[in-house]
Amino acid sequence: MSEGDTTAVSATGGEPPPSGNLLSGPQPNVAGAAGYPDAPPRVGFFTDTSVCIGCKACEVACKEWNAVPEDGLELTGMSYDNTQGLGADTWRHVAFIEQRLPETGREPGGGHEGFDAFEAARNLGTSPSPSPSPSPDGAISPVSPDGRTELRWLMSSDVCKHCTHAGCLDVCPTGALFRTEFGTVVVQADVCNGCGYCVPACPYGVIDQRKEDGRVWKCTLCYDRLGVGMEPACAKSCPTDSIQFGPLEELRARAAARVAQLHAAGVTEARLYGESPQDGVGGDGAFFLLLDEPEVYGLPPDPVVTTRDLPAMWRHAAVAAVSLAALGVASFAGRRR
Amino acid sequence: MSESDVTRGGLRGARPGRDAVTGAQDAGRSRRGRRRRGRGRGEQPMVPEARFSSYYGRPILNKPTWQALDIAGYLFLGGLAGASSLLAAGGQASGRPGLARVAKLGAAGAISGSLGALVHDLGRPARFLNMLRVFKPTSPMSMGSWLLAGYAPLTMAAAAADVTGRARVAGAGATAAAACLGPAVATYTAVLLSDTAVPSWHEGYRELPFVFAGSASSAAAGLALACAPAGQTAPARRMAVLGAGLELGAFQLMKRRMGLVAEPFEQGGPHRLLRAAELLTAGGAALAAYPGTGRRRGRACAVAAGVALLTGSAALRFGVFHAGVASAEDPRYTVVPQRERLRARTG
Ligand code: SF4
Ligand code: SF4
Repeated sequence: MSEGDTTAVSATGGEPPPSGNLLSGPQPNVAGAAGYPDAPPRVGFFTDTSVCIGCKACEVACKEWNAVPEDGLELTGMSYDNTQGLGADTWRHVAFIEQRLPETGREPGGGHEGFDAFEAARNLGTSPSPSPSPSPDGAISPVSPDGRTELRWLMSSDVCKHCTHAGCLDVCPTGALFRTEFGTVVVQADVCNGCGYCVPACPYGVIDQRKEDGRVWKCTLCYDRLGVGMEPACAKSCPTDSIQFGPLEELRARAAARVAQLHAAGVTEARLYGESPQDGVGGDGAFFLLLDEPEVYGLPPDPVVTTRDLPAMWRHAAVAAVSLAALGVASFAGRRR
Repeated sequence: MSESDVTRGGLRGARPGRDAVTGAQDAGRSRRGRRRRGRGRGEQPMVPEARFSSYYGRPILNKPTWQALDIAGYLFLGGLAGASSLLAAGGQASGRPGLARVAKLGAAGAISGSLGALVHDLGRPARFLNMLRVFKPTSPMSMGSWLLAGYAPLTMAAAAADVTGRARVAGAGATAAAACLGPAVATYTAVLLSDTAVPSWHEGYRELPFVFAGSASSAAAGLALACAPAGQTAPARRMAVLGAGLELGAFQLMKRRMGLVAEPFEQGGPHRLLRAAELLTAGGAALAAYPGTGRRRGRACAVAAGVALLTGSAALRFGVFHAGVASAEDPRYTVVPQRERLRARTG
């Protein structure tokens, strides 16, 4: 929050008024809508997966800072990812995707046969890297004559999205889940009664119940650290700045510039995920730059907060209840026997 | 790769990590040739599999942590109680005390059981009163808790007044009030399931309350048929037929409307449960429609109809519960409909 040179929010002096609809759609002032009259600017994460190296420093830092218990030592055998997914005891999860793609002739090529690493190292910084032969136009796969494919690794550190319209928060019957003054979503462990309703309500599969303890747990966006002006532990520990923390407005501007930069460099598959306030959850507080479709990373392609449809659900249930009452009356109507 | 300078004053210029450009050489080539797709889970799907990507076939959603016995049981008992309250009030108003008593006891017993199941399912049962800490219309569970907090005492008062024969006026009032809340108790549970990201629960939100209303009526009618004096069960018989019709019709409509996410209802365990529910409910309703000939035969017939209707209703709730869990466990049901939605939107 310190490096806020051009945050739109602070420049205009104060948050925009909360929008009317509290269940879905854009909501420029989440904290205001939650009843904080003069809240600090909303903060979040921009996770730029194009620079993630899969070191899992974030996973470790999160566990350490938040004293999250061990969650089983399992080898999945599917990839280098043995964490598997977010849950009660995993608040940061580094997804690790190994893809075989047709040879694209890009820098990190596939087969390394005939490649002299020492030669390359000697030339490092002195000559431009030899550019691979361009691939034939229009060909899709496989483009290299011997049918070789390129291997690429995608790594992405997943986290709670701190949704603008958070399904978990909406459905919590106890008020254990609440919106903080920073616009984030946090569980109060001393209130949660472990009803588990928030678990299936989250469209991203983030929050989960800790079996031994009965309550639910998830990322707090280091609420304790925010309170004293520190950035969250994961962002602090990320060696490549793949995880960037800051006021959401600023992060959005930075992300747009980064996508433009990547596109200009030919990485046309770079795209933002969860950044648009127009999406089904009104935009994520923690959004991502991805290099493939979201579902490849285990993210839903078009998540919608379930409570968007809640008014319609109540209406249908009300009509059904009236029908049931009518059915009861009809059962007693007619001739007596 | 590094455009930054390390100086005595610290790092100058762009941060290397943040601005590194991945594999940037071959401008503009599309990478559409992706070969990845979700792994099937052993079973061969009946319809040609829609192509989709997933993260090693792992689910996107976290599946409900609820225990089937607790929550499906809660749905079933809540429905049984809600519709029984209708029979209780009707029986009382139309001078069928035997029917009214069975229905009152049924409602009070079922709602106690359903509350027990709900509390048992909490991770922290001792904190169950936290449910009444807030009043939150966006949370069906909060609304349900308040509803039950009002409804359960009414059913108990009605049953107690009936059994003891005291405070008749108050008992009649409680019976009538419970009948007003009963339909809501029976149908709000559909919203409880639908208001989640679980594909096969959410997508059915239009019809599911009607399915549950029908299922509640057939269960309550079943209980009355099995336990009430034969001469007073005419309304229960009618309710059985109407309820079964509503349940089966609404369920068919729901499945037709849901598209791909109706699949979990038609595969494996949930399918067997739902098929059994269909047969039991239809058979029970048919038996209920025929009063049977002769005293003994009539009685046996009514009991058989009642048991079939009750088990049918329970099987439906378990089937719907398990189908939802199955839809959350398979990324297909999350990804494919969302992809289609995106495609439709972007044209
Ligand atoms: S991602 Fe899930 S757990 Fe996080 S705020 Fe959104 S709904 Fe809640
Ligand atoms: S499990 Fe806890 S946080 Fe989740 S909905 Fe229930 S009370 Fe709220």
